[in-house]
Amino acid sequence: MRRFSLASLLKEAASGHQGWERQWRNPEPKKAYDVIIVGGGGHGLATAYYLASVHGVTNVAVIEKGWIGGGNTGRNTTIVRSNYLFDESAGLYEHAMKLWEGLSQELNYNVMFSQRGVLMLAHNHHDVISFKRHVYANRLNGIDNEWLTPEECKEFCPPLTLDPSIRYPVWGGALQRRGGTARHDAVAWGYARGADARGVDIIQNCEVTGLRRHADGSVCGVETSRGFIGANRVGVVAAGHTSVVMDRFGLRMPLESFPLQALVSEPVKPVFPCVVMSNAVHAYISQSDKGELVIGAGTDQYVSYSQQGGIQIVNHTLDAICELFPQFTRMRMLRSWGGIVDVTPDRSPIIGKTPIPGLFVNCGWGTGGFKATPGSGHVFAHTLATGEPHEINAPFSLDRFRTGNLIDEAAAAAVAH
Amino acid sequence: MLLIRCPYCGDRPEVEFHCGGEAHIARPGAPAEMDDKAWAEFLYYRTNPKGIQAERWLHGHGCGRWFNVRRDTITDRIEATYEMGTPAPEASSETTSV
Repeated sequence: MRRFSLASLLKEAASGHQGWERQWRNPEPKKAYDVIIVGGGGHGLATAYYLASVHGVTNVAVIEKGWIGGGNTGRNTTIVRSNYLFDESAGLYEHAMKLWEGLSQELNYNVMFSQRGVLMLAHNHHDVISFKRHVYANRLNGIDNEWLTPEECKEFCPPLTLDPSIRYPVWGGALQRRGGTARHDAVAWGYARGADARGVDIIQNCEVTGLRRHADGSVCGVETSRGFIGANRVGVVAAGHTSVVMDRFGLRMPLESFPLQALVSEPVKPVFPCVVMSNAVHAYISQSDKGELVIGAGTDQYVSYSQQGGIQIVNHTLDAICELFPQFTRMRMLRSWGGIVDVTPDRSPIIGKTPIPGLFVNCGWGTGGFKATPGSGHVFAHTLATGEPHEINAPFSLDRFRTGNLIDEAAAAAVAH
Repeated sequence: MLLIRCPYCGDRPEVEFHCGGEAHIARPGAPAEMDDKAWAEFLYYRTNPKGIQAERWLHGHGCGRWFNVRRDTITDRIEATYEMGTPAPEASSETTSV
């Protein structure tokens, strides 16, 4: 891998940028690997990267049905934060946050991580009490989060209206200053480049169609559209299609898949300095470096793989955006799209073992997996390399739905997130 | 937005309805005899098919009654709606599934 630097940039600028090499290979699959990762999104590629860089496991294949980063990795609203209520979640997302803070340097790839602050708005008495509880819980866990009065919210985010006559006026907000955004595509590409340079094979346009097992029931490899590929350890990181893959492996999952929509406006000059979220009125908004307002909407209420949601879901979010930020009422929206997210009963992910020896799963990230990408890959790599979960992902076992030891972030946030 | 044929009220827009998830999951008849694994299966595990799914819907802003819907989760096309307590109708020949 040729490192990016000022010197390499100047050299290429002088020669018309004709000398840049491909960032990762396009290899033919080998007969067998030590580890196979099913799914080439951010989480799968991060897993491969940390398997190689932290654990020295380089005989690894990432098998992707389409192209890398072409699913939810390239469809999310790129928000990064770690101010989750419960200790287990705080541990997982803060682990990711610490990796985000050094990620561009570690990967030698600019993921454009921008800690511009994530402001969560409160619109009623319950919100205020709940968010202050979050603030105190976060601080006990060493995570920055602070309470802002409505005036302080307005100072931090000038486009916000404090008009008391709107349907849900702003009563204050919880601000995580270390939160922000990152460039989603660059995260996938940076991890792919780093993994490839360490020997990982990234195999695109290859669909996993089944699982082959030894006589003792343990995994011996996967059937794919390009033939059988052997491995004694397989990790499934297939997001909204995890239960489809697992069904081919003969396993049922506690998952349901829903379309989640997002949209962007026409690009404008810098007008929006931070990320604002409002669970109560359901609005998520930031501005990309290209100038588009990036807006996250909600999920549809029914299971679907159609990658398009109902227009009423988008309208609902835009109603809230226009009421909170009246200056945007005349902006035009350019594109909207949907991604298929896999949601667990407690709205927390599943990262760990399955009932089949050698088969591991990392799924259930629901509507908020992008922010966890580095941490998720890091702990899942540990799980695949050692066969046992890292202490951070141990509580996120599949078995928790049998034991009842749920991590109920759905109740904590009163919204899927 | 889906157009849903309530068996009692006829075609109405989706916003009048609430989806209640996968249908035909019977509550265990002998709960005391079930182990934790069986409870987890009943409470949390779902088919989540890429293809035809039977699901429950509530016409909350209409007649207020529950009924079942057979829908293709790839195209979102609704194949049939039928009353609670009746078995799922046979699949039509042109349905998709994977």
